[in-house]
Amino acid sequence: MTTMANTQVREDLDIGLQPRTIDMAWTELRELNSTLQAQTGGEWVIENTRGAHALAVGLQAPLEVTIKGSTGYYCAGMNKEARVHVTGSVGPGVAENMISGSVVVEGDASQYAGATGHGGLLVIKGNASSRCGISMKGIDIVVHGNIGHMSAFMAQSGNLVVLGDAGDALGDSLYEARLFVRGKVKSLGADCIEKEMRPEHIEILRDLLARAGADARPEEFRRYGSARKLYNFNVDHAGDY
Amino acid sequence: MCGIVGLFLKKDDLRPRLGDLLTEMLISMTDRGPDSAGIAIYGDASQGLKMTIQSETPDEAFTGLEDNLNALLGAPVQMRVVDTHAVLTLPEGSEAEVRAYLAEKGIRIMGVGQSMEIFKEVGLPKDVAARFGIRQMAGSHGIGHTRMATESAVTTLGAHPFSTDGDQCLVHNGSLSNHNRVRRELARKGFVPQTQNDTEVAACYISSRLAEGANLGEALEGTLDDLDGFFTFVVGTRNGFGVVRDPIACKPAVMAETDSYVAFGSEYRAFANLPGIEDARIWEPEPATVYFWER
Repeated sequence: MTTMANTQVREDLDIGLQPRTIDMAWTELRELNSTLQAQTGGEWVIENTRGAHALAVGLQAPLEVTIKGSTGYYCAGMNKEARVHVTGSVGPGVAENMISGSVVVEGDASQYAGATGHGGLLVIKGNASSRCGISMKGIDIVVHGNIGHMSAFMAQSGNLVVLGDAGDALGDSLYEARLFVRGKVKSLGADCIEKEMRPEHIEILRDLLARAGADARPEEFRRYGSARKLYNFNVDHAGDY
Repeated sequence: MCGIVGLFLKKDDLRPRLGDLLTEMLISMTDRGPDSAGIAIYGDASQGLKMTIQSETPDEAFTGLEDNLNALLGAPVQMRVVDTHAVLTLPEGSEAEVRAYLAEKGIRIMGVGQSMEIFKEVGLPKDVAARFGIRQMAGSHGIGHTRMATESAVTTLGAHPFSTDGDQCLVHNGSLSNHNRVRRELARKGFVPQTQNDTEVAACYISSRLAEGANLGEALEGTLDDLDGFFTFVVGTRNGFGVVRDPIACKPAVMAETDSYVAFGSEYRAFANLPGIEDARIWEPEPATVYFWER
């Protein structure tokens, strides 16, 4: 759990700085992103997003960014250290390849939320659709609602926590990511199995739920993980692919 | 890639603004499909049959056409020329005769119906919408498409929407893999696609199912069993509006609903100008799930 220390959600705001507002009605996307990428900190508010793509991407410092409204593709991609808060819903690929920091979405997320993320915390307070956490590599993802099909496909490490239900083929071809689901799982993917919930998992989950502001008890969840049969090709397992 | 927009009004207050709202939605999807654009719009029902026709040489093809059709049918025909398209209002029962006449003259038929008109051309969505004056059009519902071609050439006939029966139209984001087999089966039933385009096969499929007595929901459900490939379809009928996505659902889709309307967009951007969108219920349609509304 090397990623937990730097992923506190909105606990230590820079009290001394006034938030600065960027209005997307008058600002080019490249100007927005290059302005934010040049900062070392501070509080920023982005308005009039109107579903624009690639908002607040590539941030590399502990900025506090609030995006008012809904966004398009790839919001807060490649994030490092910044804490991004979206008041609406997000399109495909939110927080893709996150390294650290946090992204909190008040609404829903479209496909492949948190894909390939290496670290940090992604919180979706609504539902996430298909392929949530695909190929995740250390990110922690907490979804307050449901997730769609093929979520955590080829997930390598990190934790995916779902308070609602999971769609078809959860955790297909999974490596070492931990999947915690409170509701129903429609079906498990190849090589994904239910596993015992041990005390250390309860502790991991308790911490994640607290940091994600989720009203749930860790004991209500089931854990799923890899059966580790598909790590190396074995002709006896060809039918499992 | 392609972009889809659709707007189905549940109340009459926005009717005069339908074309304006759809035009904004269509232009917002330019990045997804800059090579051609089209729109089907359901306006006031006409006294006779509306037929939208198209020609690459409209000056030549449409000059005198109204008079010639009057003489042919011995009954009044009205014609409204709109750029490369024209909308004919024909007496009931004259469709077959007019179709034969237009085929002889090399004039294409884009769609027929009581209330539907279809306009589509090659070019940027903003230019296509301006050429046809879409903003000024009123109506109850409409469907638009911006195309980035993958499966067939960038031509007027390859643009969406496709209409394969009266007051029916379909737009598609994706690509079908079994369209040649389905094309042969549909042809045997009398629904013969006019182009090599995969989407037209899907439109013919819906038309054939509706003709067999299925309702819109059943016809859309059938696409999940009988069509193979990637698709998000949005379908219009005289009084209905439907949406279905394939089980993999990799082609994006988002929907919004208020007391006044149901809207479809490939992306949320398409909704940014809709009245009351801040308070709309917004959701992503589930894979392999049929949604439809009828008035």
